[in-house]
Amino acid sequence: MKLVKYVFLDILRSKILIAYAVFLIAISSGLFMISAEPVKAITSLLNIVLIVLPLFSVVFASSYYYNAYEFTELILAQPIKRSTLFFSQFVGVGAALSLSFIFGCGIPVLIFFRDSSALILLCCGLALTWVFTAIAFLAVVYARDKTKGIGIALLLWFYFVFIYDALVLLFLFNFSNYPLEKMLMMLTFLNPVDLTRIIMLMQLDMAAIMGYTGALFTQFLGSSTGLVWCFFALLLWIAVPFILAQRKFTRKDI
Amino acid sequence: MIDIQHISKQYKSVRAISDIALRFNAGQSVALIGPNGSGKSTLMKCILGLAKPTSGNIYVQQKNISGSELYRTDIGYMPQIIRFPEHMLVSQLFFMMRDLRRHTNDLDNELFEAYHIRDMFAKPLGGLSGGMKQKVNAALAFMFNPKILILDEPTAGLDPLSAELLKAKIRKEKSKGKLIIISSHIMADLEEIATDVLFLIEGRIAFYKTLEDLKRETSSNNLGRSIASYMAEQKISI
Repeated sequence: MKLVKYVFLDILRSKILIAYAVFLIAISSGLFMISAEPVKAITSLLNIVLIVLPLFSVVFASSYYYNAYEFTELILAQPIKRSTLFFSQFVGVGAALSLSFIFGCGIPVLIFFRDSSALILLCCGLALTWVFTAIAFLAVVYARDKTKGIGIALLLWFYFVFIYDALVLLFLFNFSNYPLEKMLMMLTFLNPVDLTRIIMLMQLDMAAIMGYTGALFTQFLGSSTGLVWCFFALLLWIAVPFILAQRKFTRKDI
Repeated sequence: MIDIQHISKQYKSVRAISDIALRFNAGQSVALIGPNGSGKSTLMKCILGLAKPTSGNIYVQQKNISGSELYRTDIGYMPQIIRFPEHMLVSQLFFMMRDLRRHTNDLDNELFEAYHIRDMFAKPLGGLSGGMKQKVNAALAFMFNPKILILDEPTAGLDPLSAELLKAKIRKEKSKGKLIIISSHIMADLEEIATDVLFLIEGRIAFYKTLEDLKRETSSNNLGRSIASYMAEQKISI
């Protein structure tokens, strides 16, 4: 547990992380200042959060793992369990990324848009940060080579942010004669990015633009139980990749 | 102290170690030598639990190391020139290691003081030169008074004076009855500190004898030359 502190303090001093926070501040406060309606700003911000946040988390977490590799080796030569070290690195990276996000997005959002949906946006952002940190850690433990590992992590990001939606659309198009609403809802749970997008759109009362499925979503997610389910699913999206990654890490050769 | 029972290590397509069986005892200072890729690092990694042998077992102080981590309390490890986290301060590194090791009594600060590490405390590790990092690395390995020291190219990158200090320290610890395993390519250094020579070729033991025996058998006073002539006699080729 003490390790978390040291990992966290080391990362916090990295300039890239500071640049990331500054970038988020600029974007989010810029959006609020430009748009007349805060709701519009928060929708634009949502789109940025959904793309940039996973991308940065994936790249940062995977490059951290490789940069710290030799140090990892030294730590593992101490009487320390591998699972302890891995967990500390995960929590350290996730916490540092979360802090920059809260600093970069949280402060402007809370200044310009004090609302429950702003809070939900921040929770979604935090969840996405942890989900993609976990996914990146899963990708890198399987690849010895740095370029390959970061490449796989980036591909996973690309898959969840772009390819998955394309596949879903293709699927909908081909089976448009069948009632697919329930199916579509299931599919949403299989992609953390879509899941957070839906949560937010529901919050901002934009379900109407999604027609029939939207109605179903509102029925399910409009209730607070639905929201709890969504966040529970996001929690699983953090836990499952992390547990798989940790399993691999404790068994592999360093 | 360390009992290696027929271990082999197979990486995907390479057999790094094939069926090595040997013992290291307290008071020994073993020079681990061999050409590049002969399995020296892999053997060290197996002892440290960083790599897991494909078959065979390793016992450190009569305990099987597989699946345990506490046995490493007795091991000090000095990796080859290492990259520390850039932003961590030298002081933080030492505090962290002390935290991780838990037992903070009977610390061995000799190298720590000889290398004036306290003067570097406020510097980030990323700002240290290669030689300074190696000093930090050495001071850390010896700090917790471990019974076993595993040193991978310990003098690489050190200035002559610091290298001498390190060698003197190694000799001193050996005379206290510790086990020291050193991998190095610098024969002159090894000659000064080693009691035994373990020569690996292609993951197998080419020979494992005391330095005296080796010198006697080859009637040579120089470690480098006696290894060369031994290999010629035994028709060992690399």
